[in-house]
Amino acid sequence: MLKQLRPALVMIVALTLITGLAYPYAITSIAQAVFPRQAGGSLIERNGQVVGSALIGQAFTGDRYFHGRLSATVAPDPADPSKSVAAPYNAANSGASNLAPTNKALIDRVQADVQMLRTAASAGAAVPMDLVTTSASGLDPDITPEAALFQVPRVAKARSLGEGQVRRLVEQNVQGRLLGVLGEPRINVLALNLALDDLGKR
Amino acid sequence: MTVNGWIQVALYCAIIIALVKPLGYYMTRVFNGEVTWLRPVERALYAAAGTNEREEQHWLTYGLALLLFNGLGFLLLYALQRAQGALPLNPAGMTAVAPDLAFNTAISFVTNTNWQNYGGESTMSYLTQMAGLTVQNFVSAATGIALAVALIRGFARASARTVGNFWVDLTRATLYVLLPICVVLALVLVWQGMPQTLGPYVDAVTLEGGKQTIAVGPVASQTAIKMLGTNGGGFFNANAAHPFENPNALTNLLQMVAIFAVGAGLTNVFGRMVGDERQGWAIFAAMGVLFLAGVAVCYGVEAAGNPALHALGLDGASMEGKEVRFGTLASTLFAVVTTAASCGAVNAMHSSLMPLAGMIPLLNMQLGELIIGGVGAGLYGMLLMVIIALFVAGLMVGRTPEYLGKKIEAREVKMTLLGILVLPLVILGFTAIAVVLPTGTASMGNPGPHGYSEALYAYTSGAANNGSAFGSLTGNTLWYNLTIGIAMMIGRFFVIIPALAIAGSMAAKKTVPPSAGTFPTHGALFVGLLVGVVLIIGGLTYFPSLALGPIVEQLAMMAGQTFAAGN
Repeated sequence: MLKQLRPALVMIVALTLITGLAYPYAITSIAQAVFPRQAGGSLIERNGQVVGSALIGQAFTGDRYFHGRLSATVAPDPADPSKSVAAPYNAANSGASNLAPTNKALIDRVQADVQMLRTAASAGAAVPMDLVTTSASGLDPDITPEAALFQVPRVAKARSLGEGQVRRLVEQNVQGRLLGVLGEPRINVLALNLALDDLGKR
Repeated sequence: MTVNGWIQVALYCAIIIALVKPLGYYMTRVFNGEVTWLRPVERALYAAAGTNEREEQHWLTYGLALLLFNGLGFLLLYALQRAQGALPLNPAGMTAVAPDLAFNTAISFVTNTNWQNYGGESTMSYLTQMAGLTVQNFVSAATGIALAVALIRGFARASARTVGNFWVDLTRATLYVLLPICVVLALVLVWQGMPQTLGPYVDAVTLEGGKQTIAVGPVASQTAIKMLGTNGGGFFNANAAHPFENPNALTNLLQMVAIFAVGAGLTNVFGRMVGDERQGWAIFAAMGVLFLAGVAVCYGVEAAGNPALHALGLDGASMEGKEVRFGTLASTLFAVVTTAASCGAVNAMHSSLMPLAGMIPLLNMQLGELIIGGVGAGLYGMLLMVIIALFVAGLMVGRTPEYLGKKIEAREVKMTLLGILVLPLVILGFTAIAVVLPTGTASMGNPGPHGYSEALYAYTSGAANNGSAFGSLTGNTLWYNLTIGIAMMIGRFFVIIPALAIAGSMAAKKTVPPSAGTFPTHGALFVGLLVGVVLIIGGLTYFPSLALGPIVEQLAMMAGQTFAAGN
């Protein structure tokens, strides 16, 4: 028993130094030198101000912007820190709804959102699934191309732009599958909205 | 289901199959002491530890060394979490982790479970993530590999008293297998967008003028080992669904490959060490059959979607709890991979999967995660099933069962049954208590049969050392922190010790040459028998518990029934 105690002590300390400090510090130094943008969180600046990360979704609620997925993230309640309140796209506390497919709360929520989108949208357009469901991280930066096209009439009207012009912008922003095989086609909502703002300036 | 979906599955399987031989070759050389490019570091470690690398250990000493090392690791990780508020590398100002949560998390990481009752970015300092969680990610995986190698030696040796030296196996698994692969993988992950910084969280002003605080950190270095070591504890609360922890389809594929790589390679190490690679391929084939069956069911059920949502005029699979960049296939494939191995990372929320699709991860864990398994743990789980399969085959023809020239006798079968029976005892026992105690049911986040499934999933995940969850269960309570903690400990060590005992007694046996009556263990008949035994044991043990949860929920869903809270 005692004979094994010394190696146990030495090994846990030594391996902590190697894998817990040397390894992450080495990776950090190399990463900061070779891939500084990614290592820092792929931040996007506009006029010297950080407006977000290319990989992290953010909340859009106005008619002038394309909207992302629904987000189920929460934050501590300012009135009572032991409780939490809804705080969509809280990038310091990722999380999901975790609602079961048979939970009435899920079906009721989706039904209300579908009705709202139907009345707002042009008649007859099918509501895309990803616009009425919450993402797994609450920070999903993407929507499907269908979900973006669904919103074109609303955004075009709010910005007094031609629908064709906005639709072209959406199509330019579609990221296909990697090598045509991996993942799913998607549109980064923040990138699309930044491009939309630039379109207005030109 | 789509053609593209199945092409993605095929591509994944092809990569894994291609990795089996090279990884098996390399790891065999590592554990035979033929890989030497880090000799100076190795020598310094053994000298400081005062251990003689040539001195091998009896299985009892090997087990004692393993337990001592894990015990110290537990104490260190617990202390680190409790003291993090006063320690450096804490830019977000995290305070001490509560005692019951720190207890649960320390056991969770030492046992390679990585159950997350904590939210990474809202609970843990950078120092805890690096010097605590990352370290246990490495060494709990290395412990599993060491144990698998010891068991393989038991089968490979004849008339031997020892099964190897734990300190040497631990060191070599860490230095030569896990660390080099992680360095490369972590850098590729950063290149693809994963943060790796010790700087503070970033404040952004969004396009609409809102304030967004973006959590960052040393994510890539931890994610690499989290996957390769089949640990699965996320840097962020949302785990591999978080865009920083899994930015795109390529990182998703790499992470899934990393989960299976070491476990798949170990089947080949087994074949090489016992002197017949076909023995390793037979075990790999049995794992493959079970894996593909799981993928087909999970993907098929999920792609069919939720009738209650279709009734609202929506099309296709539900996207609740999924990310757009992964969609249905990459989400379900990941769910099957992460529970076939004992990883437990998730890129979609299992709780929101269709009931039968969510049952596949549950069943994978209940079968004992022997499909590839945790690094090491899968192989020893499967070898226990091999013993049962041969015992059954022996009973059918009335011969003493043999495996690789060793007679399997009462002692081995008893130890195997001990290892196999402890899981259902813990899983079903704790679940039964949790569903009648008010403190157990209060944590359930969904009404109806799903609430029961949450508790069943939690104890299954804990005892099987997986760590994935039906996240709707509020696990951070005194009751769940303690009971899941106990389940994790029993599920890990009460399987490890019988497995080591088997290694010791197999190593001591003489080898008998094969005769005309020997049942060949490298053919399709054996693979079929092995798969059958796994399914029969798992089915008989767990079918009633699954019928009460996911199966009845799926039937209710098909019939259009929903469940509301409060009735």
